[in-house]
Amino acid sequence: MLVNSPLVRLIAQRVGLGILLLFAVSGLIFAGTQILPGDVAQSILGQAATPEAVANLRRELGLNDPAIVRYFQWLGGVITGDLGTALTTRQEITVTLMPRLWNTLFLAFWAAVVSIPLAIMLGLLAVRYRNGPIDKAISGFALASISLPEFFIGYLLILFLAVKLQWFPSISTVYDGIPFVEKLKAIVLPVIALVLSVLAHMMRMTRAAILNVMQSAYIETAELKGLSALDIIRKHAFPNAIAPIINVVMLNMAYLVVGVVVVEVIFVYPGMGQYLVDHVVKRDVPVVQAVGLIFAAVYIGLNIVADVAAILANPRLRHPK
Amino acid sequence: MAKVQMPPRREMGVLLEIRNLKVEATVYSPGENPRDVTIVDGVSLALKRGKVLGLIGESGAGKSTIGLSSMGYGRGGVRITGGEVLLNGRDILKGGVQGLRRVRGSEVCYVAQSAAAAFNPAHRLMGQVVEAALLHGTATKAEAEKRAVALFTKLRLPDPKSIGYRYPHQVSGGQLQRVMTAMALCSEPDLIVFDEPTTALDVTTQIEVLAAIKDAIRDNGVAALYITHDLAVVTQVSDEIIVLRDGKMVEHGETRQIIEAPRMDYTKALVSVRSIEHEEKEPTPKPLLSVRNVTAAYGGGAVKVLQDVSVDVHSGQTLAVVGESGSGKSTLARVITGLLPPIAGSITFASRTLARRLADRSRDDLRELQMIYQMADVAMNPRQTVGTIIGRPLEFYFGMRGRERDKRVAELLDEIEMGKGFIDRYPAELSGGQKQRVCIARALAAKPKLIICDEVTSALDPLVADGILKLLLRLQKIEDVGYLFITHDLATVKAIADSIAVMYRGEVVRHGSKTQVLTPPFDAYTDLLLSSVPEMEVGWLESAIKGRRMESAGN
Repeated sequence: MLVNSPLVRLIAQRVGLGILLLFAVSGLIFAGTQILPGDVAQSILGQAATPEAVANLRRELGLNDPAIVRYFQWLGGVITGDLGTALTTRQEITVTLMPRLWNTLFLAFWAAVVSIPLAIMLGLLAVRYRNGPIDKAISGFALASISLPEFFIGYLLILFLAVKLQWFPSISTVYDGIPFVEKLKAIVLPVIALVLSVLAHMMRMTRAAILNVMQSAYIETAELKGLSALDIIRKHAFPNAIAPIINVVMLNMAYLVVGVVVVEVIFVYPGMGQYLVDHVVKRDVPVVQAVGLIFAAVYIGLNIVADVAAILANPRLRHPK
Repeated sequence: MAKVQMPPRREMGVLLEIRNLKVEATVYSPGENPRDVTIVDGVSLALKRGKVLGLIGESGAGKSTIGLSSMGYGRGGVRITGGEVLLNGRDILKGGVQGLRRVRGSEVCYVAQSAAAAFNPAHRLMGQVVEAALLHGTATKAEAEKRAVALFTKLRLPDPKSIGYRYPHQVSGGQLQRVMTAMALCSEPDLIVFDEPTTALDVTTQIEVLAAIKDAIRDNGVAALYITHDLAVVTQVSDEIIVLRDGKMVEHGETRQIIEAPRMDYTKALVSVRSIEHEEKEPTPKPLLSVRNVTAAYGGGAVKVLQDVSVDVHSGQTLAVVGESGSGKSTLARVITGLLPPIAGSITFASRTLARRLADRSRDDLRELQMIYQMADVAMNPRQTVGTIIGRPLEFYFGMRGRERDKRVAELLDEIEMGKGFIDRYPAELSGGQKQRVCIARALAAKPKLIICDEVTSALDPLVADGILKLLLRLQKIEDVGYLFITHDLATVKAIADSIAVMYRGEVVRHGSKTQVLTPPFDAYTDLLLSSVPEMEVGWLESAIKGRRMESAGN
């Protein structure tokens, strides 16, 4: 019974496709890092190294095996939870990466907690007072914030809130065992920068999705029942606009994890972004591959969540005839 | 079974009075400055408690606008700019937004044309039905739900106790229309505005919904404004009728007077619509189109939509295919045109066997078999002029160019009684009837032997539809073209058909000349179909309901 329901089938299909996609992406990442210019052994040993030393290191690192063999060795490791060893530091990537992933997720989580309700609320308000001064002010503010590059917002925040007013630290230092309140305080500025960069998109899409639904005949029915404008939007328009809103929210959540690189670098926050940038510079291929794969998994995972949520939001699928 | 409580407010007197109503809207036509147009001008009416007033007229007559003005509502930027709307003795237009909100859903409720669109797909029915009553505090949740169940029973809905827990998409169109009526009655209003509540329904379902609405109005002592373009329908439910045209009142009188002794010419024209004289022709020895034992299915044979269908169309004659929505009428057209290849059976056309798939047919097959659609405006490219639209088949089939083509387009425009002044117009600049005429000209341009007409008059007002039917009959005489005329409207069938095929659930249940098909004894379905067509006669509804042998499919 449960297995035959179209809902379960649709969701299973989405999840299956997601996993397939992830494998495809892993192939792409591996291929991409292989065609990067430069030689890892060479860059580790420096220009002065003798050809023999480079050849030895290459053999030691297993760089002489055919690409396909190395791909499956790598993939096998990934599946069993071993992301390999960083070439430059000789540390296990999984061990170094985990705390950083955790930091990035922490930052993304608080940015999402602030931005999602704020964006949806502003979107609802913009629809309620559409084409009036409130709508224009919300849209104007949101568009201005998305038009400024992240690094610019970041430096503005540092200039005013950290340097002039000295409310928050300009560098988001976090360390093991930092008190929770201190940690929150440390990430205030990067959270604001992230919120400002995702707010506009979510707000505008919420507004557009709800306005689209506002044309429906059932909105007129609600008006003719005497409901207030805000109740109509909240009770009758919003539930029908939920699928496109979830989609754009998930897209932005993914951005909070994946697109965090610039913000982390500006605030010197020890997350995945910084880690990635450091190791790209050093041509540390296994680290770049691992981070790329995690970013891809987050992206695909959140998109599956969005798809499934959109399916669940459709009463026709939840309650078939 | 719970009984609907009778409200203790049957005092007589005027409930609703509209004085000198003026409604305007701003129109933004392409390439012109926005201008204000008057939609309703100087309309006054009075409605007593418990009475039903019918508002009738063609589209654009201002019926719905007047109906909605009794709730102080203007649809899509329409503004009430003058006059008074007195409800229970006070002018609701002076109460501001809050005042209007108190009136809507409590004193006046609204039943829309398409209940399928008027219910929120995201919520269960019950919540929506009791919403207004809860909002205005006329009942507690338990009371309101109890009342709703009683109303569902009263309106003869299946499973009255549990139907409220379904979602709108889980209920058929005819049932939804009744649920919507229950929704309006649930907050015990003084007035209900019914805006074409049965127009979107099949004829066999319409009669049931109509009877349910009529009983509910009577038993609850509620007054109603009943808006429709169908005089026969309004005759069954209203005490008085107001005839409207172009936003002005034409005639106001008792129902019997309006239909039996109309005073104004326009009313007379409405009452006597369908005055087409058409002499039934004998079938020719060899049919032009012969569909033999065709079976068709969707989803790779999973869902059979046509079962063993056989029909004939003769040269220069009309075969009317009638049936309810879902009976397979339009699917038959898709099979004949090759859009849906049949899984069994054959189609012979002009003495040759047609290929099953559209792609395998010759250009002459395509040319000689043309189609006209229900929605003329979406069947034309809005960015092409009338001249381009009609000229296209001339170029495509006959290779006509330049002056030769323009001359032929002008001739065709003359044939459809429009004249060559229209040659540079865009579809958006035409009325509904004119658009359909252009589609007819486009079909004729190909010099077809057969035209499939799919509900071509269903979206048109009765008088306009009449003009189109007369044109089609005249063109048939001139061009000797055969029509396969798909319709659910039996009055149209009687007006133009030479032979008739009655379809029911994918099968032809009756097929023959018009006289044969319309002469008793009938099979059960044909009987149901024929007896469901409303007649312009007071008391028809009650006798028709009594004489029914089977229930409708309920689509």
